[in-house]
Amino acid sequence: MSSTIQNIYFRSDQAKAYTLLSPALILVIFAMAAPMIVMIFTSFNTQISMIEIDRTFTTGRYEDFFSKPIFSMLLFRSVKISFFVTLLTLLTTYPLAYYIAFYVKKNKMLWIVLMTLPFWTSYLLRVFSWRVILGNKGVINSALMGTGMIDEPLGFLLYNQAAVIITLSHAWAAFAILPLYVSLDKIDKSLLEASYDLGNTKFETFWRVTFPLSLPGVIGAILIIFIPTVGDYVTPQLVGGTDGRMLSNMIQSLFGRANNFPLGAASAVLMLTTVCLIAALVTYITKKVSMRMS
Amino acid sequence: MSTKNYIKIKNLSKSFGDVEVLKNINLEVEEGEFFSLLGPSGCGKTTLLRILAGFEYPSEGEVFFDDANVTSLPPNLRPSNMVFQNYAIFPHINVQRNIEFGLRKENLSKAEMGERVENALKMVQLEGYENRYSNQLSGGQRQRIALARALVKQPKVLLLDEPLGALDKKLREEMQIELRNLQKSLGITFIFVTHDQEEAMTMSDRIAVMDEGNILQVSPPREIYHNPKNKFVSQFIGNINILDADLKNVSSESISISVDGFGLMTLKNHQKIIEGDRFNIAIRPEEINISKVSDPNHDCNFNGKVKNISFYGESTYFYIQLDNSEKILMVSTNESKETFSESDNCFVNFNSQNLKIIKD
Repeated sequence: MSSTIQNIYFRSDQAKAYTLLSPALILVIFAMAAPMIVMIFTSFNTQISMIEIDRTFTTGRYEDFFSKPIFSMLLFRSVKISFFVTLLTLLTTYPLAYYIAFYVKKNKMLWIVLMTLPFWTSYLLRVFSWRVILGNKGVINSALMGTGMIDEPLGFLLYNQAAVIITLSHAWAAFAILPLYVSLDKIDKSLLEASYDLGNTKFETFWRVTFPLSLPGVIGAILIIFIPTVGDYVTPQLVGGTDGRMLSNMIQSLFGRANNFPLGAASAVLMLTTVCLIAALVTYITKKVSMRMS
Repeated sequence: MSTKNYIKIKNLSKSFGDVEVLKNINLEVEEGEFFSLLGPSGCGKTTLLRILAGFEYPSEGEVFFDDANVTSLPPNLRPSNMVFQNYAIFPHINVQRNIEFGLRKENLSKAEMGERVENALKMVQLEGYENRYSNQLSGGQRQRIALARALVKQPKVLLLDEPLGALDKKLREEMQIELRNLQKSLGITFIFVTHDQEEAMTMSDRIAVMDEGNILQVSPPREIYHNPKNKFVSQFIGNINILDADLKNVSSESISISVDGFGLMTLKNHQKIIEGDRFNIAIRPEEINISKVSDPNHDCNFNGKVKNISFYGESTYFYIQLDNSEKILMVSTNESKETFSESDNCFVNFNSQNLKIIKD
């Protein structure tokens, strides 16, 4: 009897696949899917006291979200900051990844490891180190004052949106380099030679061959940076000041001091929806644009 | 055929680090010629082609196209186009756009462009494939697209880097004839790199045989086959029996040699051998006959024993152990009047005038 069951098991590729998947699947179901469902249900409830939630269905929290301009403003700001973080990260990491893929001949892996070296320290420490760099008594200000170029510390370096953007793009750079490098390194060099041979300059070849072929990496990098940074609340808290606060800080306080779980859940659902829509749009547009370019 | 030399290569050398891959190359290729660079892998033939394309720059020496020095001209400004070994079809665009790729800068009208692409596809017999992508094409089709993409630019020189290497035998033979016909009808210069001697023989007007960064011989296929300049060329092009020989007597007219297993012979000194030269005596397998009894029509008759037989269909190779020598002789024949089996006794016979004198 057991031998037939064994037989069936070993004959079925699907059964084997599910066995391999099961640890991850269990984790995803209990740690991702279940909380998500609870959150969506909660967003249609009402907080009636400190500890009590009315479980009757209502769309009231979504109405609250859209009737108070602060929420939409914070959502827009989150998207805007993440957009600039993504842009800045891509602009700084693409040339690096390009350099490693095309110009480094030996020890490519060493370069990659060196590039990710700063990311071996804790995320929090890296955010704090930016405070040390940008602060009133920070590295930049003391250097400028020490050389006598300024008399008072520059106050605009820290506690604003620009500080959030700089800190976040540095924090996520390593995650952008890897997909970009992989997609660039995969490009067959004879395709570039074919392009030169057919009359294109190096610059034209980049836009007609290299860039379109690296798009999977670019899209990967965009998604990998944009999605987590939209929801980041540590960096804005530490270097953003009031001007740099994002929707995620609001959600954090709704689940904390402000104690309005349903409104917090509704904000999170709306943020999630926005991020998904933007991710889909980015993927669609980049593909269209690349088709046109080449 | 015009006798104008379109490509001239003068005193060209190329080193990668300490390794000298091309050593003082001098070469001239005529306009409209089908010219092959033939040699084993690592002989420098691909590097030479890449220098002609502009992908590599020579360490020393110069390259001229139509008397213009193009040595330091980048590939996009040269009147040559290349067909790559792996075809290098752009995977992100379809066949139509692949072929148009090099035409963008020629300021053609939409109608002209369409016509050029259509003609190019017709030329390689792939009409109707405009909307396919590289991963939807077979190896042979990719090869044709790569050819169309290069030819649509109407180059003066087409450079081909082992373009048939990845195709199966049947398709390769078809493409050889097709390429040859195409080259004749277009009248442009083809530089064809290959390690396959048969391929080079069937297609080329002239072949340059290369080894270790040197060009050993530049001749038409027949000349290379019948009068190889040295041992390497004779062995690389077709099969040949190399015999050990001692020089006994030499004059400007003739030489006397003692050949291992064959005794003393006198041959015409057409290679102008002088005392002290190192040389070999050789004979092609098809110039030797095999028979059951001694054959008086040939001046050389020797006893031997059949060791191995390889049947190729159009010909049969016999490997014969000579009675009074260690030597094993290769004999090929396409007639089968007499049947032989392994370890049969036999006679091998040939005319001494067919023996080649080949310098080392």
